[in-house]
Formats: sequence, structure tokens, C-alpha cells
Amino acid sequence: MTDNTTQNGAIISVRNTDVFYGPKQAIFNVDVDIERNAVTALIGPSGCGKSTLLRCLNRMNDVIPICEVKGDIQLAGQDIYASEVDVVALRQQVGMVFQKPNPFPKSIFDNVAYGPRIHNLTTSKADLAERVEKSLRRAGLWEEVKDRLDQPGTGLSGGQQQRLCIARAIAVEPKVILMDEPCSALDPIATATIETLIDELRERFTIAIVTHSMQQAARVSQNTAFFHLGNLVEFGATEDIFNAPKDERTQNYITGRIG
Amino acid sequence: MSDMMEVDSLTQGVDPKRHRSERLFRAFGIAAIALSLGFLVVMISSIVLRGTGAFQTTFVQIEIDLPEDKIDPEGTRNPEELALVRYGSILKQALRERFPEASTRAQRRELYRLVSATAEYTVRDQVAANPDLIGTRAKFWVRSSSDVDMFAKGNIDGSVDESQRRISDQQISWIESLRSEDALESRFNAQFFTSGDSREPEQAGIWGAVVGSFYSLLVCFILSFPLGVLAAVYLEEFAVKNRLSRIIEVNINNLAAVPSIVFGLLGLAIFLNFFNLPRSSPLVGGMVLALMTLPTIIIASRASLRAVPPSVREAALGLGASRVQTTFHHVVPLAMPGMLTGTIIGMAQALGETAPLLMIGMVAFIVDVPSGITDAATALPVQIFLWADSPERGFLEKTSAAIMVLLGFLVVMNLIAIVLRRRLEVRW
Repeated sequence: MTDNTTQNGAIISVRNTDVFYGPKQAIFNVDVDIERNAVTALIGPSGCGKSTLLRCLNRMNDVIPICEVKGDIQLAGQDIYASEVDVVALRQQVGMVFQKPNPFPKSIFDNVAYGPRIHNLTTSKADLAERVEKSLRRAGLWEEVKDRLDQPGTGLSGGQQQRLCIARAIAVEPKVILMDEPCSALDPIATATIETLIDELRERFTIAIVTHSMQQAARVSQNTAFFHLGNLVEFGATEDIFNAPKDERTQNYITGRIG
Repeated sequence: MSDMMEVDSLTQGVDPKRHRSERLFRAFGIAAIALSLGFLVVMISSIVLRGTGAFQTTFVQIEIDLPEDKIDPEGTRNPEELALVRYGSILKQALRERFPEASTRAQRRELYRLVSATAEYTVRDQVAANPDLIGTRAKFWVRSSSDVDMFAKGNIDGSVDESQRRISDQQISWIESLRSEDALESRFNAQFFTSGDSREPEQAGIWGAVVGSFYSLLVCFILSFPLGVLAAVYLEEFAVKNRLSRIIEVNINNLAAVPSIVFGLLGLAIFLNFFNLPRSSPLVGGMVLALMTLPTIIIASRASLRAVPPSVREAALGLGASRVQTTFHHVVPLAMPGMLTGTIIGMAQALGETAPLLMIGMVAFIVDVPSGITDAATALPVQIFLWADSPERGFLEKTSAAIMVLLGFLVVMNLIAIVLRRRLEVRW
């Protein structure tokens, strides 16, 4: 595939997508484009379906038996829900960082090395060590942990753990990183560090981030999608959404009147 | 003052009924614990009081003439031949010399019954080990008979009528005479730990049963641990949750409650009668115990798999690990301490199980220590059952001693479970 992007520069395009949890519909006919090398924020009140949509993008919803996805979600022109798609290959391309930092109860090194190991991305031990260092550097964690790579990742502080999870995700060199409220369990200082990091990562990766914080969406994202009760209310450049919302519900939400 | 008015009094309006019910509940709880602890103390102390005697046994010293013409008439001192000499008559001769007052046949029979039937082998082995003794007169410590042992330990009351006890007045006077000459000694009963079962209480040991139990548990572990863990992993991590998997789950839980003797009958019908596996063997015993332990292991393993936080699975899946990789790289290692604990507790249960082993013939009287899983054997709890069933007074303390050994093994296994749990548990 030479042209990895669709016409408008989006790496992921979501079209006419409905998501059901059993009989209950969580997402109604959503169209969203995740723009390449940009940060797309998915915002909205609790239960609006933004996390559900994010988890559709790397098929993490597959593990929920009652979850059913209908519609067309394409990663660089390939239907990710096509029957012949290998989920493992998809998730290698579309990595994920979760709400609660969830490092494996293993050493810092093994945490980062796990992805490259299972995907056979490195040829030698030195190669692997190099990749681990590179990933930790990109996640801005190298200087803090370089002397204790053999210590458990669970012993780090919350913010460090989350950056470790980011390092772990980028170690497999995904094209897209999905972040599900990555800062909601962190203090403001750790949050600021992660936000700076997200801004840096945008150069090499495409990022989709679910967040509860309006300010965070405004600070880190280029595009914003506002969801309400499973519907995509408004989608556009972050500046426009925050400065000149077209929909009244968006207006109410970002000014704090609903949500 | 106005502040005081705003807050309700903290001492008034207390509901006395609520307080009483709280106190009552606390009292019930303490009473329940005290009662069960009391029972435990009574049970263990009675076992210990009765059983400790079995770790000691009485030895008798007799001076024996070792005439060369009877033992080694050709004077070759060939150790192989020396190991075959019969010392029965020599020993009896020595006893008659020591107590010449035994003149009638009946008295002599009583006299010979002072020492264990194994006494002549003790003499034989010592002479064979030291052939210089031949032709001399030497003193030997030999095992007393169980009745003498019981009397020496005070388990037979000499004051009751002679017809009501297993030891005669004449024998008592001989024993007292031996004791006054320091020819009666209580020693550590090593044979109890090293030999197999016997019809004679003073010779019976638990080693055969210990080895039988060990082999049974080994077979049980080899079969039930991998099967149980893999079944749990499949059910918990891979199986689709539908009606069928729920039926399986209910049945596993029911299986855990099936009386063990039913598994014994199953073993009898299938393993012995259909597959013709060796009767009374630890192989079949272990297989039956494995059937019994499987549900326990599956239930414990599933519980510990469920206790692994979903975030670990998500993390691995999010990195592109397959389900098998996620399960075996992350989930199973984290669940392993719980699985091992469940397994050890299941094995401890199996160690104490008697009924299914009775059904497959491990209740036979077996003297030899088994040397493999297909040899006929018995197991510790069955040995206890067998001894408890024996009329001889000497088996009473053996029974309690064997119970102590069994309890010791159980305590050790549970300790191992706790230590493993502490060691392997990962906190996150």
C-alpha cells in the first residue's frame, strides 16, 4: 500500500458505525477521521461512548462477548473488521495506553521488551536493548530509570508507570496510539509531563485520546470529536470546537453546563 | 451556647437493644471459637498422650552362650553362612538359664514370649557382624515382646486379676527381676519409622504406608495438576460463556461434593475391572485420588485466575499478544501461587482420604515396603484404619502415633502452601 492515507489525510476512518452491548446500543452511526500525525481528542460526558469507540479502533472490544460492532472502520484503507484480519497484526499497528497505568509485574526492561519479543522485531540482545532504550527515551523516562531497568515496573510512581506503558506501546512501533484517559489517575504534574510527551509523540505517531478534561483536550489535540449519548455531536479542529462550537450541546458541555 | 444547641447529644438516645445485640454477637463468636479450640486441644492431646509411647520401645538384655559347634561347626566364619544360622534354640537356652524356675512347658512358653520373635535375628545379625563372639558368652539387647513393652510402659495394669490381662504373674516377676538388674531399657523405636506393617505390634512400622502414600500422591499430582490447571485456564480464559459452559461449571462444583467412596467405586469398576490395572497399587490409588482432587484444583485455579486483574490481560492484548501468549506469559504466572496453594490443599485432602483406597484394595495387609507405583501398597490413613481395627494392645499406641505422623505431614503440606504463596505472590 503506497498511499497509506485516505484522501483527507486520515489514517483511520470510521464510517456509519454502530456499537451494541447486547440489546443496548452504545454508539449511533458515527463518522470520525483520525488524522495522521495529529492528536485527535474524543470528549464527552461519562457513558457517551467515547471509550467504546476508541476500543473499536484496535478491536479491544473483541474480548467482550456481547459487544457487536457494525459499520466500516478502515485503517489506511483496510477494513479492520474484515474476517481475514489478524487482530494481532492490527494491534501491533494500533497500540493502546489505558486509563490506569498497568505495567506488567515484571522488570522495567521486560515491560518494554515484551512487545518486540513477541513480535520478533529484534534480531539480537543488543538490538533489543537498543530498542528498549530508544522507547524509554521517547517516553521521556530513560534518564529516570536507566540505572534500575531490572527493577519491577510496578515500583515506579503513577506518572512514571504511565510513561512506562507509553514506552511499552511505542516499542512495537505502532502507527497509531490509542490513549484511554491516560492522565485520569495522575496528579497535575505527572499529567503535564504526559501532555508534553503526547505533543512530542505526534511527530512520529498518530494519537487518539479519550479525555474527561476539556483543558487537556484543548491543550494537546488538533482535532476534537464531541460525543453525547452515543452520538457524535460535533467533530472538527480543536480551535473551532472550543472557540466557535456549532452545536448548542457542545457549547453547554465545554462551558460546563452539562456533563 | 448556641453551638451546643445545634449538635444532638452524643450520649442520649442510644438504643440499648442495639448495644445488647452487638455484645451478644461478640459473645457468641468468642464462645464458638473457644468451643472449637477446646475440641481441638482435647483431640490432639489425647492422640499425643496415647501415641508418644509408640516412639519408644522396650529392650531386654540377655546373656547368651554362643557355642561354636552350633553356630559355625566347620569354623569357616563364612559371613553368608553366618547370616543363615538359626538362633532360636540358642536364645531359648539362654532364657532358660536366666530363669531356671520355668520348668513346665507352659511356663517355658511364657518365658519365651518375653522377647520378640525378631530377637533371634537381632542376635544373628550382631554375631554375623562380629564373628569373634562365636565361642564366647556375650550380652545382647533384644526387642521385648509387645506385651512386655506394654507392661513396662504401664499400659497393662498388674493389679487386675491375672485372667483379665495378657501377661501372667510369673512373667511380671521375671520382668521385675530384669528391671532390678537394669536389663530392661526403653529405647527410641527406630523400626517404627523404617519398617512395614506386621502382625506383631512391636515390629510394625509405618514406612510402608508412608511410601505408599507418597507414590499415590505422586501419581495424583502428576495427573491432577496439569489437567486441573489446564481445564481451569481453558474454562476461565478461552471458553465461550454459554449454557454449556455453565452446565460444566455447575457439574465441576457438584463433583467436588461427591462422596469420595463413590470415586473409589468408579476406580474399582473402571481402573481395576475394565482396564485390569494392578489391584492395591499406588498407581490406581493415585488415579482415584486424582479424580477426587481435580474439582478442588479446578475451582481453586479458576478463582486465582479470576483474581488476576483484567488490566494485565488488556495490557498484553493491547500490545498485540495473542490470547495464548497473554494467558501463558502473564495471567497464568500471576495465578500460579493461588493454583499451587489450591493444589497442595487438594493433595493434603487426598493424603487423608481412606474410603476410595479401601474400594481399590489398598486395605490389604502388606508387609513389604513398595518399591514402585505398581507394587501392592497401603497408605497412611488406611494403615491407621487397619491398626485401629487390630485387637492387640500394642496397636493402640501405634494407631495414635500414625495419626501424629499423618497430621505432621498435613501440617507440613499446609505450611508449604503458605510459604509458596508468600514467596511467589506478586503485588501490583
